Amino acid sequence: MKQPDGLKDIARRPGQPLALVAPNDQTPLPPPFDRVDEDPPIRPLSETARSAYAVLDDTIAVNIERPKTEDEEQALVEAFLSGLAKLFSVPDNWTFLQPLEMSMEHCARCQTCSEACHIFEESGGNELYRPTFRSEILRRIYFKYVKKASPLVHGDIDLNWETVARLIELAYRCNLCRRCAQTCPIGVDNALLSREIRKIASQEMGIAPRELHRDGSVLQLAVGSSTGMTPLVVKDNIEFIDEDTAERTGLAIKTPWDVVGADILLIHNAGEIMSWPENPGAFATVFTAAGLSWTMSSEITAYDAINYGVWYDDIQFARVAVHHAAAARRLGVRKIVLGECGHAHKALTVIADKVLTGDLNIPRESGLVLLRDIVRSGKIAFDTSRNDFPVTLHDPCNMVRLMGLVSPQREIIDAVVPEARFREMAPHGVDNYCCGGGSGFAIMSGHNFADWRHHVSGRRKFRQILEAFADEPMTQDHPKYVCAPCSNCKGQIRDIITYYDAWEKAGIYYGGLVELVVNAMVDAKPGFIDWEWH
Amino acid sequence: MTILTYLIAYSATAVFLVAVAIRIHSWVRMPMHLRWELYPVAHEGARASYGGSYLEDSEWWTRPRRASRWGELGAMVPEILFLVALREHNRQLWTRSFPFHFGLYLVAGCTVLMAAAGVLGAWLPGLMAGPVGGLLRVLVPLMGHAGLVLGLAGAIGLLQRRRQRPLRDYSAPMDFANLAFFVIAFAFALLTAWTVDRSFATVSELVGNLATFNIAPLRGSGLEAMLPCVAAILLAVLAGYIPLTHMSHFIGKYFAYHAIRWADEPNLPGGAQEQAINDLLRLPVSWSAPHIGGDGTKTWREVATEDPDR
Repeated sequence: MKQPDGLKDIARRPGQPLALVAPNDQTPLPPPFDRVDEDPPIRPLSETARSAYAVLDDTIAVNIERPKTEDEEQALVEAFLSGLAKLFSVPDNWTFLQPLEMSMEHCARCQTCSEACHIFEESGGNELYRPTFRSEILRRIYFKYVKKASPLVHGDIDLNWETVARLIELAYRCNLCRRCAQTCPIGVDNALLSREIRKIASQEMGIAPRELHRDGSVLQLAVGSSTGMTPLVVKDNIEFIDEDTAERTGLAIKTPWDVVGADILLIHNAGEIMSWPENPGAFATVFTAAGLSWTMSSEITAYDAINYGVWYDDIQFARVAVHHAAAARRLGVRKIVLGECGHAHKALTVIADKVLTGDLNIPRESGLVLLRDIVRSGKIAFDTSRNDFPVTLHDPCNMVRLMGLVSPQREIIDAVVPEARFREMAPHGVDNYCCGGGSGFAIMSGHNFADWRHHVSGRRKFRQILEAFADEPMTQDHPKYVCAPCSNCKGQIRDIITYYDAWEKAGIYYGGLVELVVNAMVDAKPGFIDWEWH
Repeated sequence: MTILTYLIAYSATAVFLVAVAIRIHSWVRMPMHLRWELYPVAHEGARASYGGSYLEDSEWWTRPRRASRWGELGAMVPEILFLVALREHNRQLWTRSFPFHFGLYLVAGCTVLMAAAGVLGAWLPGLMAGPVGGLLRVLVPLMGHAGLVLGLAGAIGLLQRRRQRPLRDYSAPMDFANLAFFVIAFAFALLTAWTVDRSFATVSELVGNLATFNIAPLRGSGLEAMLPCVAAILLAVLAGYIPLTHMSHFIGKYFAYHAIRWADEPNLPGGAQEQAINDLLRLPVSWSAPHIGGDGTKTWREVATEDPDR
């Protein structure tokens, strides 16, 4: 296995990858994907990319151009150190100063967290992906070069441009799922440190993956959505979705727009509108049938619940959160309800809680909670036999481990899926594993990053899915449903299924939660879930 | 030698108390941070068993908050005493870390009992002559021997574990030195107890004098007095040293749980948190990336409500 021989390797082997993940280093998947020689190969990084950008392993997420002069190298190092110092300043980083100090000060380097990390485990235990590898390098840089402390006390590390660039790149080999933090006996949070490194890069150095920044939060704030949809386009698309859903369900549906004084402002991840139109269609169906007073907003940013800042940049995060709240304030709604998007849930409900004050502090609620209440209310009749196929549930980290939303989705499934057909993944709930697409990975596919994402970060989830369905025939004529109530997770699970050809080979299909609800509605035409791969 | 012991013991105690107070103060005065809780949250009552939160309630902001302090105690006490998280997630290390920590607790508890016995002996000699005194004279050596044996075994085990990969690769020289210090201090104290102070009478006298500010020479002589003094000096210096290092996690851990992992108190409109948040939003931003537009004078509120890219 090619892996670093120690922390100091981060500054060594210029231009060379420090680690490679080969299929033979990995634990085989369960059947029918247990033949390592049939695993799709990770395509190697192109020579052009290797020579143009900083190289950490055999993929690239961030595209940090190699400095052309020594002055540029020095500037990169100085900018990083300047940002690192700002992380510890109250004015610049009050947002996360206490959790940061906690994780910097108290790690006992006991490595208890390592086995909790799906990336480290599925890489075959490659040292580069150990959760503490990047944390310890950050810690050593801070104490040696910012605090000027003795390396005898805090450990030694060399600092050059490769160290900085690789550390930033390495911050994008963590899904920020915080499963490692859950196991830490002291409370150290390696995921937080990954995010703080990302913040230095973005907020001080202007370095971030294109998909998250330029094509993500910047685009969302400029035109309204990272999908590029303008208000006109999104209304047009929803109108089409309404028509299509009405045709499929036989129920009249019209999504209300910009209704002043409505009870609920519903915000979807706009990726649903583009890629999984049945999801917003299903929400509209259920809300209409339940007789709710609701609306969507066509204001810029407010029809897309995403908030990529939550992964890399506190300022971009705050800007998007303020836009969402301001749109709700202008409509005078009683509450904001978030559709099936995990990071949007956490961003607006939990993290923005200490950003939104005064009349921007409008209550936020999970769409899963509202759906659970509707299902419980008895306003809609369900026939569970319409969902008579094996179902397993993916727990999005942002909703579950990071928000404590565990029960509502299970109560909904209890009501619309035959009991014998549902099986939990192991582990599940707050102990779940990330889908592998968390923290932006699901939308990042530059160079060969998608291969790495499927082969390493997403492999544990695929393993869990296969294990959950282990007692079922693994053929396409025996379809099985992976319920993922989160847009990013759904995208990642779609990509894994595609990568391993698991729909064709094993009949593994995926979708959201509200689709199962509409599929079981007695008043709707049967067959809302059409098992058409898309 | 005895005077030197008193001097060092008082100094080390003062260093310990001041360092702990400074640590606590530094954690308490930290600014409010954005919410970053991690479930399960122990005060969520029955929901804590599966990791649920009040956010599972419909219109949670209309319901009264019920944070179960018993739930927090139920999680914290076993965690502190038995290192439950480590046992669950790293059994191999727990077999070393648990005896080490439990040994420390016993040694600390033994010291408190010796101090209490000294105070009671000075103020209520009748009490010490009765069953209470008898009980203390049994408990002190019991806890002392057990604590030193467990602590020494744990410290040796942790040192041996730290010399192995991967821990070795992530450790600084000081990490080894710290554990070595524990081994030396515990080994010396244990050797002293077994050779010249099996009943802990001499060290009890020493600690009792310290607790009652009775700067008097010890009754014994030669090695019988000297060895307990050296052991006490080593343990006192160790106690004063701990809060100066990252081993102060015994303080930080409280804040890691109560101020971060379990800090799920919502910011309700018109609630107590709003003023503090508004104050923080008035702080200047100096991040340098062009898209931030932070020049060191614009506030968080200003940069969050404008977008230089638009």
